[in-house]
Amino acid sequence: MTVDKGDSGVAVPPRVSPIEFRLDLASGVPTYLQLVHQVEHALRLDYLKLGDQLPKVRDVVAELAINPNTVLKAYRELENKGLAIGRPGQGTFIVATLGQVALPELTELRRSLTSWIASADAAGLDEDGIAALVANVLRDFRERRGGTADRGGAARQEAEGVA
Amino acid sequence: MNVIETHALGKTYGSTRALNDCTLAIPNGHVVALVGPNGAGKSTLLNISTGLATPNSGEVTVLGGYRTGSLPALDGIAFVAQDTPLYKNLSARDLLHLTRNLNRRFDETYAKQRLGELGIPLRQKAGQMSGGQQAQLALTLALARRPQLLVLDEPMAMLDPVARHDFMATVMTAVADDGVSVVLSSHVLAELERVADYLVLISRGSVQMAGDVDELLAQHRVLTGPASESERYTQQWNVVHESRATLQAHLLVRCGSTTDSVPPGWEAHSTTLEELTLAYLRGPDAAALPGPARARNAESSEVTN
Repeated sequence: MTVDKGDSGVAVPPRVSPIEFRLDLASGVPTYLQLVHQVEHALRLDYLKLGDQLPKVRDVVAELAINPNTVLKAYRELENKGLAIGRPGQGTFIVATLGQVALPELTELRRSLTSWIASADAAGLDEDGIAALVANVLRDFRERRGGTADRGGAARQEAEGVA
Repeated sequence: MNVIETHALGKTYGSTRALNDCTLAIPNGHVVALVGPNGAGKSTLLNISTGLATPNSGEVTVLGGYRTGSLPALDGIAFVAQDTPLYKNLSARDLLHLTRNLNRRFDETYAKQRLGELGIPLRQKAGQMSGGQQAQLALTLALARRPQLLVLDEPMAMLDPVARHDFMATVMTAVADDGVSVVLSSHVLAELERVADYLVLISRGSVQMAGDVDELLAQHRVLTGPASESERYTQQWNVVHESRATLQAHLLVRCGSTTDSVPPGWEAHSTTLEELTLAYLRGPDAAALPGPARARNAESSEVTN
C-alpha cells in the first residue's frame, strides 16, 4: 500500500531513482525481501540499468513508513548478491545486471515448463495446486543442494512467477 | 548501551499487581515494539521508564545507566503518552513556547519547519485540530527535544489509516535522520511488523519474550503434518502453540536452528511476527527469552503445552 502523501503537505524531494518501492502487506514475505525482489524484478524488466541509483533510504522510509534498518538490510543483501554498491554520502547504485539464462536455453526451458504445466492441468491440478507443487519441489531442491533457507519467501515468489 | 534496563521490577496499584519481577534489557538503536494484552503492564513499564511512576521494588536505569528522573534521563527521553495529550486551549505556537521553556534543549527551527510541512497553522488551537494533526503536533514537540529515546504509548490508537501512516513515517524519518531509538506499545500487530526490529512481549506483569525480530522469526517455525503424529512430536519439540484438527495439525515450534530436520510427511513454514506474537499471547506459559542474563533460565522454563 502506498499512500499518496500529496495532501499531507510533506515536501517530496525530486526523485533520483527510476524505481519506487511498494509493499504488499498481505504477502507474508518479509519487507526487506520484498524490496530485494522488486529490485531484481526491475533489473529483469530493464527498469533499472547499470549505474542507476536506488531510492534513498530516507525517501523509502518517508514513503512507506518502514524501519530504515529494513531498507539498509535489503540494500546490504543486494550488495552481497553483487548487484548494487553503496557509496558513502551518495547512495546505493546498481553495478550489475541479473545473470539471465541465455536466450535459446530460456526458450527451451519455457517450452518444457509449458508442456509440464499442460500435463499437470490434464491431471486435474488447478493453478494453486501447480504453484504449491512447484514451491514444494523448489524447496526440496534447495534443501538437497544445501542452499540458504530464506523462510520460504523466495520459494513462494518464484512459484508465483512461474504460475 | 541499553536504553532501558530493568531488574526484578515490581509495581502495585492498591491490590493490583501491575508489574511483577520484570527484568528486561532493551539495546540502543532499535525500534522496539512493546506488546501484550490489556492490563499486562505495558503502560506501567513505560511510565516507570520515563520517570512518571516509581516502582515498589526492583531497579531501573535508562540511556546506559542513568537513574530515571535524573537530568540526562529527562533530557534524553521524550514521551508521548496514550491519546497524545495536549492542552486543548493552547495554540500550536503557545505549545511550542511552553515546551521550549520547560526543556533545556528544544529545536524550535525543526518544530516550526515540521509543522509547516504538515500544514498545521501555528495560530490554531490544539483542540480544533484533527486527531491526526494533534498526534503529529505532540510527536513534533517530542522530536524537537532531540531525544536519544522516543517513547510512544499506544500512539496510533485513535488515528485513521492515513494519519497512522503519516505518523509512522515521521517517526521512521527521525530514526533515519538522527538514529533515535524508539519504544512503542501498540495493539496493532500487523502495523508493528513493518516498523519494529525488536520485540518485547509483556504478559501478566513480566517479560514473556524479548529479542531481535529477525532472530525470533528465525528461531520459530510452523510445522504442518498429520494430527496422529503430533502427540509424539509435541514431546520432542518446543511447541509454543498447537492447532489440531482430526487429520491435520499445525505446530508453532521454537527450534535451536533453522537447519533442524523436518520429519517425513511434515512441512515447515516460516512464521510472521503477528502469528508468533499471537501464539505466545495465547500460551502465556510459553517463554522465549534470548535476552541477556535470562537466556539459560528460559531454556529450562520452556513449557510445552
